[in-house]
Amino acid sequence: MATRELVPAPAPVAVPPSRRPRRGRRDGHPAALYLAPAAVLLLGVLAYPIYQLVVISLYDYGQAEAAGNAPLVFLGLDNYAELLARTQFWVVLAKTIGFAAVCVVGSLFLGTALAVLASRVRAVPRMLLFLAALGAWATPAVAGSYVWLFLFDADFGLVNEVLAGIGFEAMAGHSWTFGTYSAFGLVALEVIWCSFPFVLVTMYAGIKGIPDEVIEAASLDGGSWPRIATSVILPMLRPLLLIATIQSIIWDFKVFTQIYVMTNGGGVAGRNLVLNVYAYQQAFAGQEYGRGAAIGVVMTLILLSVTALYVRSQRRSVEPT
Amino acid sequence: MTRRRGRLLAEIGTVVVAGVVAFPLYWMVLSALKPAGEIQSAQPRPWTFSPTLESFERVLTVSGFGRYFLNSVLVACAVVALSLLMSFLAAVALTRFRFRGRVVLLVMLLVAQMVPIEALTIPLFFLMRSVGEVAPAFGLNELGSLVLVHLAFSLPFAIWMLRGFVAAVPVELEEAARIDGASRLRFTWQILFPLVLPGLVATSVLAFIHAWNDFLFAKTFIISKTENQTLPQAILVFFKPEENDWGAIMASSTLMTVPVLVFFVLVQRRLVSGLAGAVKG
Repeated sequence: MATRELVPAPAPVAVPPSRRPRRGRRDGHPAALYLAPAAVLLLGVLAYPIYQLVVISLYDYGQAEAAGNAPLVFLGLDNYAELLARTQFWVVLAKTIGFAAVCVVGSLFLGTALAVLASRVRAVPRMLLFLAALGAWATPAVAGSYVWLFLFDADFGLVNEVLAGIGFEAMAGHSWTFGTYSAFGLVALEVIWCSFPFVLVTMYAGIKGIPDEVIEAASLDGGSWPRIATSVILPMLRPLLLIATIQSIIWDFKVFTQIYVMTNGGGVAGRNLVLNVYAYQQAFAGQEYGRGAAIGVVMTLILLSVTALYVRSQRRSVEPT
Repeated sequence: MTRRRGRLLAEIGTVVVAGVVAFPLYWMVLSALKPAGEIQSAQPRPWTFSPTLESFERVLTVSGFGRYFLNSVLVACAVVALSLLMSFLAAVALTRFRFRGRVVLLVMLLVAQMVPIEALTIPLFFLMRSVGEVAPAFGLNELGSLVLVHLAFSLPFAIWMLRGFVAAVPVELEEAARIDGASRLRFTWQILFPLVLPGLVATSVLAFIHAWNDFLFAKTFIISKTENQTLPQAILVFFKPEENDWGAIMASSTLMTVPVLVFFVLVQRRLVSGLAGAVKG
């Protein structure tokens, strides 16, 4: 794409291009000027805080230090050592991974299955499905969390009433948010509900991109639909599936709002904590900013390794020079 | 024969799934319209014969929700306007100009999208506290701080996505403009900008949603000045220890969802093609 550019290239500009460009031809060197606003903001509000996160995690940063009433004590990696020695950290990490895995598998499976289904049906049912999915996708996390909480409310929720109505009398008044697993399950339902539409739309676009002849040939050869879906369509969707998987891992690993709202800040005695909420509670409720920052760094490192995979799978789209 | 029956079954299945997916939204709007007695009932019904706007009234008048709604609108619109301007300029630079380090910048943009922004709450909290000492409008407790962070978080993806739209404008057009004597600046604003407008709309929706949905930063930054709260935080008012006001919670959730839904439906086609473009490059 870019190799076709016929415009003479401006002279190389250093990165970040904040230096005032030399006046060259009539246009000067606009690249630096064009990039400057975004670059300044991203450096200040994204890059600098990342650096600060690491710095804070190396200090004993409590309430007194944050208020400027006590000198900062450099701890080195002590915050990390203390964190790794805590059982609670490992429990939270395991729960985070389990929770994210359920959400990722759920939304990928649902999204892909429905995409295959949508490619088979006529326009009207397909439109209905896409409209519904679009609605779920567009619902703000906070609003979605409240609706699902209300549906599963112990006293006034529809789910308990229906369950009691079909013979599970014990379910009347059952609290879904009390038990560790049922609370996680409920949050996972909400997360899958609002994240499968992304997979659906991506995969549907991918299926539409498969030439009709391929599917026709398979069906002329006598392939049944489930067979065509698993042996022809899915393998051709693999690159897209990979991207959607990694994207979902990144999203679901750092779910914050849903957990915080639906389990009221991490559940009874913190048993529904995920890393993100754990870091937040340590820092802002426990006034242990150093430890909170250390959790944040650990989380970032885990996600960066996933990102490395993502970048590798995306490398083709960053056009080579 | 069996093929046709198979398709019919698939279509029925599709419609059922669509119903299930849409049901929570239906339930939200329905509950917002139900009178209080029907909501706080142990036998909830999936319909109501006496719809009322009581809950909306309670939300908008009693709890001063209008103010929070306005705050959310202000933050989201400021983020959209600024991110459009900044990301358009950056996308033009990254697609139309060739300079050393361009590919490095592109990769950095990708990586920036992966940063777990929630982890940055702690340093950002302290950053905004310091910023507030210099420029009070962007400090803690002020809406400006929210604009700054959401701008920074929506820029990488916005630039990444716009790049595709800018690249789709043929280079020959720029040459023609140049031959006709238009400067690069003039070309950018008078020819490129209108052509990329559809892409800008799609991008702006994402920035809007990002800012509109935010719960974490509003919760962290707006601590004591309650009049500067945004919607997601404000809904918490209706959770009471003795009994949650579900009617009001559903009404405010509806108020929060409708603007996003409208935006989404308006631009869904462009959004999808934009996302596909961003994926395919």
